[in-house]
Amino acid sequence: MSEINGHSELPGNDLPGDGPEEVPAGPRRVIGTPSPAAARTLLGAAEPDSDQPAPRELPSDPADMRRAKAAERIVAACFIIAMLAGIGFIAAYIGLEVHSVDAVLRSNLALGTTLSVAFLGLAFGATVWVRHLMPDVEITEARKPLASSAEDRAAFAETFAEGADASQFVKRPLLRRTLIAATLPLAIAPVVLLRDMGPLPGTSLRHTVWRKGLRLVEDVTNSPIRPSDPFPGSIMTVIPEGYQDDDDALAKAATILIKLDPGELQPPTVLNWTVEGIVAYSKICTHVGCPVSLYEQTTHHILCPCHQSTFNAPKGAEVIFGPAARPLPQLPITTNAEGYLVAISDFHEPVGPSFWERG
Amino acid sequence: MRWITARRRHPAAGYAVVLLTLVAIGMAYAAITGAGGSASASAPPVGQQQIAQGQEIFAKNCSSCHGLEAQGTPVAPSLIGVGAAAVDFQVSTGRMPAKVTGAENERKPPQLNPGQTHAVAAYIASLAGGPPIPSAAQVNPSGASVAVGQQLFIANCAQCHNFVGAGGALTYGKFAPALTQATPTQLYEAMLTGPEAMPVFDDATLTPQSKRDIIAYVTQTRSEANPGGFSLGRIGPVTEGLVAFLGLLFFMVLAAFWITAKHGKTEANE
Amino acid sequence: MAIERALEGVGGFLDDRFRGAKGFRTLFKKVFPDHWTFLLGEIALYCFIILLLTGTFLTFFFQPSMTGVIYHGSYTHLDGVRMSEAYASTLNISFDVRGGLLMRQIHHWAADLFMAAIFAHMLRIFFTGAYRKPREVNWLIGIVLLTLGMLEGLFGYSLPDDLLSGAGLRILEGVMQSIPIVGTYLAFFLFGGAFPGHLIIPRLYILHVLLVPGLILALITAHLFIMFHQKHTQMPGKGRTDQNVVGAPTYPYFMAKTGAFFFFTFGALSLASTFAQINPVWLYGPYTPVAMSAGSQPDFYMGMLEGALRVMVPWEWNVAGHTFSFNVFLPALVPLGVIFTGAALWPFIEQWITGDKREHHVNDRPRNAPTRTALGIAVITFYGVLWLEGANDVIAFNFNVPLYTTTRIAQVAMFAGPVIAYILTKRICLGLQRKDKHLLEHGVETGIIRQLPSGEFIEVTRPVSEEAHAVLASRTAPPSPPALDSADVNGIPAPGSRGALGKVRARLNTILTEGVEPPSSNGHPNGHGNGRAGHGDGQGEPAHATIQAGATQSGGSRETGGTDPSPADSGGTGNGAGHDGAGQ
Repeated sequence: MSEINGHSELPGNDLPGDGPEEVPAGPRRVIGTPSPAAARTLLGAAEPDSDQPAPRELPSDPADMRRAKAAERIVAACFIIAMLAGIGFIAAYIGLEVHSVDAVLRSNLALGTTLSVAFLGLAFGATVWVRHLMPDVEITEARKPLASSAEDRAAFAETFAEGADASQFVKRPLLRRTLIAATLPLAIAPVVLLRDMGPLPGTSLRHTVWRKGLRLVEDVTNSPIRPSDPFPGSIMTVIPEGYQDDDDALAKAATILIKLDPGELQPPTVLNWTVEGIVAYSKICTHVGCPVSLYEQTTHHILCPCHQSTFNAPKGAEVIFGPAARPLPQLPITTNAEGYLVAISDFHEPVGPSFWERG
Repeated sequence: MRWITARRRHPAAGYAVVLLTLVAIGMAYAAITGAGGSASASAPPVGQQQIAQGQEIFAKNCSSCHGLEAQGTPVAPSLIGVGAAAVDFQVSTGRMPAKVTGAENERKPPQLNPGQTHAVAAYIASLAGGPPIPSAAQVNPSGASVAVGQQLFIANCAQCHNFVGAGGALTYGKFAPALTQATPTQLYEAMLTGPEAMPVFDDATLTPQSKRDIIAYVTQTRSEANPGGFSLGRIGPVTEGLVAFLGLLFFMVLAAFWITAKHGKTEANE
Repeated sequence: MAIERALEGVGGFLDDRFRGAKGFRTLFKKVFPDHWTFLLGEIALYCFIILLLTGTFLTFFFQPSMTGVIYHGSYTHLDGVRMSEAYASTLNISFDVRGGLLMRQIHHWAADLFMAAIFAHMLRIFFTGAYRKPREVNWLIGIVLLTLGMLEGLFGYSLPDDLLSGAGLRILEGVMQSIPIVGTYLAFFLFGGAFPGHLIIPRLYILHVLLVPGLILALITAHLFIMFHQKHTQMPGKGRTDQNVVGAPTYPYFMAKTGAFFFFTFGALSLASTFAQINPVWLYGPYTPVAMSAGSQPDFYMGMLEGALRVMVPWEWNVAGHTFSFNVFLPALVPLGVIFTGAALWPFIEQWITGDKREHHVNDRPRNAPTRTALGIAVITFYGVLWLEGANDVIAFNFNVPLYTTTRIAQVAMFAGPVIAYILTKRICLGLQRKDKHLLEHGVETGIIRQLPSGEFIEVTRPVSEEAHAVLASRTAPPSPPALDSADVNGIPAPGSRGALGKVRARLNTILTEGVEPPSSNGHPNGHGNGRAGHGDGQGEPAHATIQAGATQSGGSRETGGTDPSPADSGGTGNGAGHDGAGQ
């Protein structure tokens, strides 16, 4: 059951206040309106002549054939441009080398432009084709209610019940229960197989590789540090000596050294763990683990760039803003016999983000 | 004159008037705010002459905030011991003399020419020493390693200045500025003296060679082409997301409008 | 003719084996309604196809391995730097494979557009009520697709193992670690040990190229099949009812339009990948757990979670040797969890409140469901505030707002914003409803001024066009469910409205179905706006025609289109008379 509607406005709504009409002269029809004079046949309508050819459901051509000709030329032009661009893409690929930033820039520009023009040419052409070359139709299709009819449902229920009966599944609880019991372990097995995806955390989160006597070295340069090296107002990222290629160790052991005036340090900073105003804090933020180290010399604040947790360096790296709930752990440092900065021991608390077993 | 009045009702007449007015205002503005004191740098006098000249310039431009002896006042810190490098950085980037006091001083066109700047720097240095202005050879990045510079920059600088030096926010209205305009000398001096909230990276923290590596990284990266197109600021996914919504999605919505538009028919409400 | 020969040849071959003639004919004749908002889902679909295509290309060159190598490729700024093979292979794709950078960029832009389109599509479905019966299951599938898309994007941009995405993985690990009881186990199992380990990239790789795309593909197929089977919804309009679909047939119209749209999508993505650089990993540098960049954000679709982390207060409990990191797992799980769960349950909640169990195939205009629309805008505001907070340091730097101030503003706005947005939106919707009612009752002003014999000036109006009338009058008020009807003649309250839950339900029903009274001639007050199931065909409401005719009678020479048998008598009620001033 379908009918073909045109887009015609109702006759009579032609007050000057109306919007502009498309076809100014002649009968007031919008493109696509079927001619009232033509005898359109409706599918399904009583058709007495059985030897007539089958009635069309879709019109064969658009209403305005002149415009269609112009549109066809536009579409063809778009497609030709797209074809040329496609060829250009292949040519650019063959002809342009990469292997340097500037060469990649040229290649990307050429490949990208040709590819874009090819696709957009196809897109524009296809759109003009659909809009101006295909005749406008508006078809109404009936929906059937989605629910099955009562008979169908009853029939299904009957089939299902018969089958359930025949399968003995419902009638013999022993079979049913043992079947379920048999499949349960198999269902759990895939989860069990995942156990070896990783080791148990154990106590590994509580410790870092820092230990007594381990020298502090500067990140990237790996040079050891004397107390006289850091200048007041400076900050340095330090790592344990020998671990520069061990990312797993560095992810917890990275430390910052801040040189303050000794008089500025206050509790809860542990003064025994400092050397001449140089204090060492863990670089791993206690919020979710980003490296901290944005240091403001004037305010002595350490800011984590991820979520803006701010720690007060002279006062034990207490949290003064942001979502971190705990201060940065302080690394106990001293100097060794040669005068280089070394750790006294590991951190006295777990570094980094909190976890359930932390205590 | 007749030529103008005869065309006063021309369709483009209005636009022409606006354009001319804008040009006139612009020229007037440039004339008024033009680089004051932009005399060409004469050969800098050496020694005592330079210091004396510096003291004079200091007294005129700086002492009102920093005190006649550079001892500092409630509004400005003491400059005793800061060194010539600090002065050269602050003055050559235009941050000093500061016009307005705020959370931070921003880079602006310098008010003193290089000769005058060196003179003031020499004067301040004469008070109590401090880091000197680096020589051209010291700041020359040729021969330095960009790769090492990249690692040093990421380790020491990126957390404030962003991974290529596009700048970042600090607390209470302070910020780490973008490094797009800093000269190699200014980069060196900033690292050496730690201006404002920036930490000090003295020569023991970052050796001169490390500083040159960093300068090489900054200067070469900022002039490096963006092979993927416009850089969108080189600040990461924020601008990329904006382009995805305001550019791509919007374009697709426009395409959807076009594809589904009915011929000449407006939608429900007239 | 050529078509018939082809049909007999290839078509016959296939039909002999698969019997497709009837099925394909039905498919070809299937009607698809046309509205630009219906193409939003297609954007996502085509982005997914493009992701598959470009992604396959990338898998030919990418090395999912965290083994350290020294780089000696074409990007000389990193020559000699130690990095993972994953990162090195990404540099290789960008600088040493022709078209590699283009494919990388199209892939990433397509991922961003995929997510943006899903959001837009989801919002369209919500605001037009297209999730209602029978489409609830499709709505749920859509929410799962949104979640999978977010995960897929997160895993994908983490694969190059650069500084920015590696920091994101570190945050992921920290968040996982904070989950009570199982957190450390989950984190260690995912990463194969302590962070960063050497397994996360290969594991994310297989999730990203096999498992999650497989799930997405299966769910998209189900999503589309359900849509096909149930037929697409349609916007209200003339001749559109819950029992039909009005539009153009699939073959050739919809196929052509959707094909054009695919080319538009691919073209737009190519254009973006030519002129807008995305994810320049060579500038970020390889990941190191020791360093961090200012202005680090995840891709935009993860931005809300990032903002939630930033906005949270530092709340942590240490109890009996265990730590509850509320400051981490609450923002990570609660806001988005509430939104997604609420969205998933919403169709069923709405059904329960309104008691509306009918099939709906005609979309609502958002203004005709003011409470739903206001709720949606409130949720968007909440999401948006947190999303902006995720970029707060970039905003602070570029707009000179002190950093801490942005967080304080967000902490207030995340609660105040949705409330204000709800109130504003509801008022706007109701106002629009009044405007529609006014148009229906009084018609459109024509700009023609006529002077009456009495000397008074009036403006002539004409009735809205039939098409417009169908849209304006399309408010489908849900019938009051018997369970919630007011008390019967003996004063016994209806079953569904008894008890505390019943009272809540009745109250919510009042709020949810609030709306302006539909235009009526007899002006019966009707607090719920229900009882009229008009579908925009103008029937069953002769009062409409009367008012329209009445409003235009004074205009004199005016035809009324012959659709409504308008009596000469205007039957003027108060509203008609007051408008045209004819007094009769």
